Amino acid sequence: MKSLKAQEHILADASQQINVLEHTTMDPFQLKLENSGLFPLRPTGIEIFQVNIGKMCNQICKHCHVDAGPDRKEIMTRDTMQQCIQVLQNYPELRIIDITGGAPEMNPDFCWFVEEIKKLSKHIIVRSNLTIILANKKYYGLPAFYKEHSIEVVSSLPFYTQDRTDRQRGNGVFEDSIKALQLLNDQGYGIEGTGLLLNLVYNPAGAFLPPSQPALQKEYKQALEEKYKIHFNQLYTIVNMPISRYLDYLLASDNYEMYMEKLIGAFNPAAAKNVMCRNTISIGWDGYLYDCDFNQMLELKVDSPSKHISRFDLSALINRDIIIGQHCYGCTAGAGSSCGGATT
Amino acid sequence: MNKHYYNSEDLGKFGNVGEFQKNLADKFFSYYGEVFKESELTAREKSLIALAVSHAVQCPYCIDAYSSDAFEKGWSEAQMMEAVHVACAIRGGASLVHGVQMMNKVKEVAM
Repeated sequence: MKSLKAQEHILADASQQINVLEHTTMDPFQLKLENSGLFPLRPTGIEIFQVNIGKMCNQICKHCHVDAGPDRKEIMTRDTMQQCIQVLQNYPELRIIDITGGAPEMNPDFCWFVEEIKKLSKHIIVRSNLTIILANKKYYGLPAFYKEHSIEVVSSLPFYTQDRTDRQRGNGVFEDSIKALQLLNDQGYGIEGTGLLLNLVYNPAGAFLPPSQPALQKEYKQALEEKYKIHFNQLYTIVNMPISRYLDYLLASDNYEMYMEKLIGAFNPAAAKNVMCRNTISIGWDGYLYDCDFNQMLELKVDSPSKHISRFDLSALINRDIIIGQHCYGCTAGAGSSCGGATT
Repeated sequence: MNKHYYNSEDLGKFGNVGEFQKNLADKFFSYYGEVFKESELTAREKSLIALAVSHAVQCPYCIDAYSSDAFEKGWSEAQMMEAVHVACAIRGGASLVHGVQMMNKVKEVAM
């Protein structure tokens, strides 16, 4: 399997994705926000600095909104990272640095970037796909590196059974993920009293919404502990966004309309109030700024004069209107969805 | 009238039954919601029971709703099919156990 880009697929073009999403007779997202008194959507403050340091990944997951994979070569340069660090030095209020990708660890400057950020005493989250830890011996030291820098690890594990995980993320991913989780546990991650946070991410392996986060967390904890002696802190349930490869899956399986109707029918004003784009700024591999990782993949740059890390201006960004579209229904359905799981 | 007795879109209109009798519909839906809440049984367990019962009562709307719901709640295809077999076994057993009644009657009248 290749990325949409490598396939020269029509949906590799962000404008084509927007075309599919916006040419619809379904209720516009803006109308829902207006009815909830939330339009225009504005930031409540920016404390999370989410950096996507590249689209390169060792996996090709069917639902990936980044269209990441081994054939993607776009990665953040050290110069752009240096610009990010300068911004983090200038703004102490940016206290959480959320590093994502692709597989962020595949960026050759990943460790340097983490070390530099740590000097600023920021809280760092790394979104790891787990299998990267076992992908090559050069990554075997990652669990110890995470521990050394007190990094919070957020790992994808779409389900606690092999079948569903491998269906979404590829054959063998579940087995490697389990081994990686055990290695993280060996370092103290997910173990009570160590302070080393290991949070897992569930996302549905199909055209449906996640079940209740607390109920599923209980099942994950029970199943992973009983079968594999694995411990973790929290489970985040995340809704799949109708973007990129997941959009392709929805269209190809004739589930697109049903899924969008489901998202729209489940619109929750309380979740809309708590969407992550209100306290997050997203930085792309090339330094451009976005409201969230999803707008980033749709190439919808922030509506602000401060559009690039080289011209980062927090007060201008706090006063911007957040760009919305039909894809935003993914974050406002049911209990809500964000990089930190349910929002209500 | 639609050409078919069953129309999948009608599932989404279930709540409209209150149009003709609001009081009873409200009571039913309130009860229904209460039944499916997490309690002594988890919502996940209740979903699988509902799936099996849906097959026992052969309700296409219920099968539609609870096939999705049970899968969403993490039951595997094999587990869901086993639940359907439980419904099938009870239904089949319910017929077969009446064979005893048949035997009793035949033994009563036969020489």
